[in-house]
Amino acid sequence: MAKTIFDKVWDKHVVDSISNGPSVLYIDKHLIHEVTSPQAFSGLKKRNIKVFRPDKTIATADHNVPTINQHLPIKEALSRNQVETLTNNCKEHNINLFGLGHKYQGIVHVIGPELGITQPGMTIVCGDSHTSTHGAFGSIAFGIGTSEVEMVLSTQCILQYKPKKMLIKIDGELNDGVYSKDIILYIISKISASGGTGYFVEYSGSAIESLSMEARMTICNMSIEMGARGGIIAPDDVTFDYLRNKKFSPQGDKFKKAIGEWKRLRSDKDANYDKILNFDASDIEPMITYGTNPGMGIKVSDYIPKSSKNTSIESYNKSLDYMGLNPGESLLNKKIDYVFIGSCTNSRIEDLRIASNLIKGKKKADHVNAWVIPGSKSVEKVAIQEGIDKVFKNAGFEFRQPGCSACLAMNEDKIPKEKYCVSTSNRNFEGRQGPGARTFLASPATAAVSAINGFITDIRNN
Amino acid sequence: MEKFVKFDSSIMPLNIENIDTDQIIPARFLKSVTRDGFGDNLFRDWRYSNGKLIESFELNRIKNNSKILLAGRNFGCGSSREHAAWAIYDYGFRVVLSSFFADIFKNNALNNGLLVIQLDNVIINKIFEKVNNDFNSSFSVDLEKQCFKSLDGDIHEIFEINEYNKTCLLNGFDNIDYLLSQKEKILNFEKINDK
Repeated sequence: MAKTIFDKVWDKHVVDSISNGPSVLYIDKHLIHEVTSPQAFSGLKKRNIKVFRPDKTIATADHNVPTINQHLPIKEALSRNQVETLTNNCKEHNINLFGLGHKYQGIVHVIGPELGITQPGMTIVCGDSHTSTHGAFGSIAFGIGTSEVEMVLSTQCILQYKPKKMLIKIDGELNDGVYSKDIILYIISKISASGGTGYFVEYSGSAIESLSMEARMTICNMSIEMGARGGIIAPDDVTFDYLRNKKFSPQGDKFKKAIGEWKRLRSDKDANYDKILNFDASDIEPMITYGTNPGMGIKVSDYIPKSSKNTSIESYNKSLDYMGLNPGESLLNKKIDYVFIGSCTNSRIEDLRIASNLIKGKKKADHVNAWVIPGSKSVEKVAIQEGIDKVFKNAGFEFRQPGCSACLAMNEDKIPKEKYCVSTSNRNFEGRQGPGARTFLASPATAAVSAINGFITDIRNN
Repeated sequence: MEKFVKFDSSIMPLNIENIDTDQIIPARFLKSVTRDGFGDNLFRDWRYSNGKLIESFELNRIKNNSKILLAGRNFGCGSSREHAAWAIYDYGFRVVLSSFFADIFKNNALNNGLLVIQLDNVIINKIFEKVNNDFNSSFSVDLEKQCFKSLDGDIHEIFEINEYNKTCLLNGFDNIDYLLSQKEKILNFEKINDK
């Protein structure tokens, strides 16, 4: 029977199937962090068992770490306790930890790929919904809860129902000023924040194939924002080139052999999908969100709609009230207070290169606070080597240390109440960036240029 | 996991769509390393403003001791934090009713003995209407029969749940115990597939 890439990877990892129930799925790589793992380790202790496959488990501290003075002890007691608990658990169970201060520390979905931990054909899970990021390499990667983290720690397996399959095909050439963030915000605005629920999405088409690995990761990363469990893109030469000589990639002849295997990870021509959506790349323009879920996005040059077919009018108006915006309003020239360039969606070196290129020699607007949070120590290192940190600093941006930061505002990096922030992160939920914070999701290019002008800007008119 | 037993209860109505897990429990309250006490911060920023109760919010306004939370469509979207399910359970709810749930939340809830019941939007609206007319209207949840009904007989719905999940909930079975019992198969799988 013809199979999709998703079927191929899934089928190879099914240990057993419970009749009228879920499958026992084998997990190749388990990524853990300080926030969603402590209770799972406590569960192991209660059962008096050890981590089953510590060599397939990788840990980092990212969610609640400070982004300044990382060499000092974490000030906030609860955060410090979580990070210390992770350190102790990793020590006790012999798990490789890239903790604070380690040269490989960073956002879990940034370090996995850049270290070559993420590879085509793998099953990858993490107690974080943006695990979908790793699907850009042709792996099945999805976020899980803490009970499921405990399942994987104790048996390297998870009980999981096979999701339905959706194909999203984007053909054609992308317009100038359109980045992968715009592509995914566009798709979510078309199918809504729940349009992908129950599905695993495969992305294909010439517009997807034209993208770099960093750009593909941004797309797969936000698959969860349409409700999908994950996104997957068939690996190709772009993927193989990216993975060559990475720290944990297969080396030498083993790499050549791996490519042979990876090349087979493509959907068969007549494979079946439960749903197929086609989009024309030329219809996509720079995007921005105006509401409190990622489905509430418009072309930056458009006006805020009066209603949404996917939302009741009460919920829709509640969103706009929270944002302090009105139907029919344009977001162009809207004064902003903060700019956040970071998160597992857009904090890779390519994102920082794009943003810094657009602001070189310029100064941010006086009233804007602009933060750049590199995704990892490795990203930070390259940025410093290339002088990107200086470009940002000279423009008045703060160039900080790696972590999740203001994407979820678990650490001190919070956007104050009712302040507007153009953010390269993935969620514009109420309070996501701090209690009362108002988020506009956009690409790193739009964020950087808007910081310079002090208001929301269409980068094509810059 | 505690066994799920049949019960009667009033309903807490929360007629908002796309309630994400950041609303259910904001990230700044995820810093505990245990599973307890998250109920205090359930819907924190809707319940409190500067530490003061927001009287108009349903959980503060309606005092009906409900064990059933009724919410708008796409409940539990966003982050995978299981703390959301823990907070709802810890607060005292045993069932969440909606016309549509996010995938990860659904798994997290079922893994913690919190039953999610998905019903057609028309029925959900009817339940909202009934509850809004009388916050003390009583309903019954019977997982064995997969039946949700109002005690006055107006509403009588059979809901779907997978046989495996149903068995786990009714008996308080644990997925991890099940997986641990499959160790031989897992070791064999590793051997055959060179893992």
